[in-house]
Amino acid sequence: MVRLADLDEPERSHLGSVPCTSFDTEPWVTGAPLAERRIAMITTAALQHRDDQPFEIGTGDYRVIADDTPANDLVMAHISTNFDRSGFEQDLNVVLPLDRMHELAAAGEIGSVAKFHYAFMGSTDPVQMEDAARAMAGHLKADGVDSCILIPV
Amino acid sequence: MGGLAHYLEDEGLATTQISLIRPQTENTRPPRALWVPFELGRPLGAPNDPAFQAKVLRAALALLLRQDGPVILKDFPEDAPAATAAENGEGWFCPIDLPPPPADLAAGGGFKAAMEAEIGGLSTWYDIALRERGRTTMGLSGMSIGEITDFVCAFLDGHVPDNPRDDQSLGQSLKFAVEDLKAYYREAAGAQPGQNTGKEMNDWFYGNTAAGKALYALWPIANDLARQSGDEFMNIFANRLLIPASQKYRAEKAEA
Repeated sequence: MVRLADLDEPERSHLGSVPCTSFDTEPWVTGAPLAERRIAMITTAALQHRDDQPFEIGTGDYRVIADDTPANDLVMAHISTNFDRSGFEQDLNVVLPLDRMHELAAAGEIGSVAKFHYAFMGSTDPVQMEDAARAMAGHLKADGVDSCILIPV
Repeated sequence: MGGLAHYLEDEGLATTQISLIRPQTENTRPPRALWVPFELGRPLGAPNDPAFQAKVLRAALALLLRQDGPVILKDFPEDAPAATAAENGEGWFCPIDLPPPPADLAAGGGFKAAMEAEIGGLSTWYDIALRERGRTTMGLSGMSIGEITDFVCAFLDGHVPDNPRDDQSLGQSLKFAVEDLKAYYREAAGAQPGQNTGKEMNDWFYGNTAAGKALYALWPIANDLARQSGDEFMNIFANRLLIPASQKYRAEKAEA
């Protein structure tokens, strides 16, 4: 049960036909070797602190997750019921690989891990996320981040 | 996800991403994406498998070094271990024996009694999971498992309970209560060693528990309530957020 073709209807048709935003340009940024990069994680799993205001449908805002946030402070407020949450319940790293990133940094495979990571709620029109994403880019650069890994759910 | 990558690259930040739905990534054309053949909800493939997670992460990060852009979509070659085990007939089953639900759950208080009996049977395992993981993902509703049971079962018994929170609609409160209810069951059921897929866990919850059956019973009730109250979120909740699309067939089978 891992490929679109393996899913049952109506999930398969729905996921295969979700309208996707297209762009006129294809920006492309390159950079230093991984061992010199500072990397942040951006998740669309709607992760948030327990006392954060929950995400709302159709809004493109984000929640900030400090790198040293204890795993028990994070809950998943994503609206959809059509994906597995049991993996996340057993191990945060299957959605937000904080421990794995720090292991790579400790081994010198990447330069460093950002001080802040960010969470959006997927199932949202990317156009609604644009203002927040561009503002977030400023925060990332202020943290010295040069690269991001985006992780869906 | 591809849209976010576009905006960040446009602002001067290099991006790579994991892709779970390949056709969407093909259409959005982000700069660098690693498509993984994992089920939705598990972008790193396998909980409690650091080696496998690291392999996925390294493959996604390696795309940052590629120079042959502006659009790269690479396939990760391995399936998740739990999916492979399920395909080989070594699938997960819930190791906890629950009391069999009464034949007529819908009779006055039937759901509540059955759910309380199940929760009693699961509580030891929930506590073990909490201790071993050092965390629970319950907490969206702000209610205890007992309060959640009372809240959900009030709807089933024909009452409309007070909204416990004044900063969100009753539909939103019900959604979060249901999410916490499912989290409690799944965290308890997953406490013992063994890798489950999401489908296996869903089949257990919706097919074998009184709580799962309660959510099917809640579906028409929430639908009626949405129509009567005009609570738009309740309408969305009832029809799209209560029962996963892959589990709705049980209700259709019961109707047939």
